[in-house]
Amino acid sequence: MDKSYLSDENFKKLDKLIQSNKERKGALMPVLHEAQHIFGCLSLEVQQRISEKMKIPLSEIYGVVTFYSQFTLQPKGKYTIGVCLGTACYVRGSQAIIDKISEITGVEVGKTSKDGKFTLEATRCIGACGLAPVISINDEVYGKLTPDDIPGILEKY
Amino acid sequence: MKSIAELEKIQRESLTKVNIRRIKQGKNTIGSEESFNTEDGVRSHVLVCAGTGCTSSKSLEILKKLEKEIEKYNLKDEIKIVKTGCFGFCEAGPIIVVYPEGTFYSHIKVEDVEKITEEHLLNGNIVKDLLFKGSIKEDEIVPINEVDFYKKQKRMALRNCGLINPEDVKEYIALDGYKALAKALSEMTPEEVIEEVKNSGLRGRGGGGFPTGLKWGFTANAVDDEKYVACNADEGDPGAFMDRSILEGDPHSLIEAMAIAGYAVGAELGYVYVRAEYPIAVERLQIAIDQAREIELLGKNIFGTDFNFDMEIRLGAGAFVCGEETALINSIEGKRGMPRPRPPFPANKGIFNKPTLLNNVETYANVPEIILKGAEWFANIGTERSKGTKVFALGGKINNTGLLEVPMGTTLRDVIYEVGGGIPKNKDFKAVQTGGPSGGCIPSDYLDTAIDYDNLIELGSMMGSGGMIVMDEDNCMVDIARFFLDFTVEESCGKCTPCREGTKRMLELLDKITSGEGEMEDIDKLESLANTIKSSSLCGLGQTAPNPVLSTLKYFRHEYEAHVKEKTCPAGNCQDLLTYFITDGCKGCTLCAKACPVNAISGKTKTQHIINTEICIKCGACMEKCPFDAIIKK
Ligand SMILES: Cc1cc2nc3c(=O)[nH]c(=O)nc-3n(C[C@H](O)[C@H](O)[C@H](O)COP(=O)(O)O)c2cc1C
Ligand code: SF4
Ligand code: FES
Repeated sequence: MDKSYLSDENFKKLDKLIQSNKERKGALMPVLHEAQHIFGCLSLEVQQRISEKMKIPLSEIYGVVTFYSQFTLQPKGKYTIGVCLGTACYVRGSQAIIDKISEITGVEVGKTSKDGKFTLEATRCIGACGLAPVISINDEVYGKLTPDDIPGILEKY
Repeated sequence: MKSIAELEKIQRESLTKVNIRRIKQGKNTIGSEESFNTEDGVRSHVLVCAGTGCTSSKSLEILKKLEKEIEKYNLKDEIKIVKTGCFGFCEAGPIIVVYPEGTFYSHIKVEDVEKITEEHLLNGNIVKDLLFKGSIKEDEIVPINEVDFYKKQKRMALRNCGLINPEDVKEYIALDGYKALAKALSEMTPEEVIEEVKNSGLRGRGGGGFPTGLKWGFTANAVDDEKYVACNADEGDPGAFMDRSILEGDPHSLIEAMAIAGYAVGAELGYVYVRAEYPIAVERLQIAIDQAREIELLGKNIFGTDFNFDMEIRLGAGAFVCGEETALINSIEGKRGMPRPRPPFPANKGIFNKPTLLNNVETYANVPEIILKGAEWFANIGTERSKGTKVFALGGKINNTGLLEVPMGTTLRDVIYEVGGGIPKNKDFKAVQTGGPSGGCIPSDYLDTAIDYDNLIELGSMMGSGGMIVMDEDNCMVDIARFFLDFTVEESCGKCTPCREGTKRMLELLDKITSGEGEMEDIDKLESLANTIKSSSLCGLGQTAPNPVLSTLKYFRHEYEAHVKEKTCPAGNCQDLLTYFITDGCKGCTLCAKACPVNAISGKTKTQHIINTEICIKCGACMEKCPFDAIIKK
């Protein structure tokens, strides 16, 4: 797998980040959020550095990272497709949407396509229930969908 | 800010900025007639919703286009564009409202902006085709506050949402903002503040309904060198978004309330724990905190007193259980977000083992009004044991999806039919789910129940944070129970066995039933497992997880039995139990036969086709293709 995200430059940013959080109580979560922002993921190498610099055992950091679903150990695809499976969307048929996307992209839920283009995720409510069912592709949100809308949307990417 | 006089001065100056919007809203509670003056030369305000719902249907592009148009016609000095938070009526989004008329434009597209500018803003003629349909009543155009969706509402926690620019502290101050904090600091002792909250009867809006004043009292009485106040903005109930809307539409009301709480319990730092899925809310809250710091409404010696207070935002990372108070505390400390056994309660040992007051966003949003208008005023609204209002996120099979706020004691029927506008496509109402994954389904027999904490619990559901999902005849109640259980299984933190293992077994049983493999004893097993999990789990997640199953078993047992005994799904929802049929509406066009991936459809051209149910894999491809709607499933 491509490890270019583990660049010196990124590690420098991380060190600076940790330095600026030195005085903060309970700084681990904010640091992890920012670190994921810098590296795109929290792979073991990243966790190791955080462990050394913050003097928190790696096991504890690993425990925290794996507990929260927003933290990821591997880099994501170029486009992350999130299909909302919140109540409102589910009631209005989001399962059929997810099936359609899977069918077209060949990506299973929770996986990334081989070419690293798409990551498909089932998400919790993203708070756009008025538009149910909705999907998001990176920051773009599409609402009031039917399975027939999917091919047209995916073509744009 | 060094004095209250300074606040009053800003209010006086800022009132002119918002008055154009207040007149129609009838919010003339303060100031003299004269204070209704508007800014020189400004004749109109155009409010554009920038809540999450409208933003995702391009309201920011609409805003940009509007700015360009205003520029083009040189209207900059006459017409002000205001970016607001959520109006609550996301179904009608993107929303634009023009004041002073209160004209309510709905479902606006970027292309519509030109027309609105030219006809309405320039020539003063309302663009009728773009109006929200419900704002034409008996041939007259009514302002937004008289539209049915808003008319029955009483907006207290949402008082400023969709009315002010959340990124401008002065607009908040104009509408009495920070006056309650000023009053508390200058006229009341901490004990008096707590007494006021107690007497108001306010109960926690985050789910449990615990009396807020009592909790404040416990934290105030705890003795320690340091204390914290915290706000639960984790809003995990899928389908609820009231907390997000307050953060996006009126963040200063939370800041003001937390400062008041800090004064009352003796804390100088407030943590707001927001779920990471709410980027706009986080951004607006941060802007608001920065602005409050700038004019020294946060910081040292607020209003020249010796009270200091500041705030910090902490982000969640996608774990539902972190909404539970002790898990939230662990998460803020940088640990796995698992619940702790109680006692000790957070009021004694909370964040970093210090006494901590934790309340929900909506709970806090009510506080400034209570301090300003008095406990008695608040206690006059609502029912005997549930005071004030409640915000609900209405969704599912309902015409007016959105956020609404009604007095406690309003009936479910009024919410669903009066405010919510009833069920689309003339379908029959089947049930309403309240309380999210911890709540239950309430059938039509109980539609006239007055909504309050205790009534909902009695029906086997609960208030929860205010999610309200309406279901019609097409929703299968077993499948809905399965859906919620699927959610809990994934979100169980795994700390205790009944919840971790028990919910999985329940889900297996439900899967078995919905796929037609169920036996009658499975229903009994489900029930007894549910009761065990309810009584033996450590935290609220496990204790309430069986509610969706128990309530549907109570009211819709016949649907469970139909799945088991007759192997059918009465609502026509569970794929495994459905069979596809071709009706005599078939014209023999052969499209279905071509679409079928397994060649299960046969028939001659121009004669009715037949599906061989032995071969059919129930993919539904034929039904999608049929131009005559002649294929049905049942
Ligand atoms: C599993 C679980 C999830 C919860 N999620 C939330 C939540 O998202 N927001 C919230 O305010 N309270 C939530 N609560 C309730 C909190 O534990 C706590 O009671 C509440 O935040 C206290 O504030 P209040 O008294 O103002 O309601 C949850 C409780 C449980 C057991
Ligand atoms: S009840 Fe469930 S969520 Fe709560 S502590 Fe136990 S396992 Fe965790
Ligand atoms: S986001 Fe615009 S009305 Fe809710």
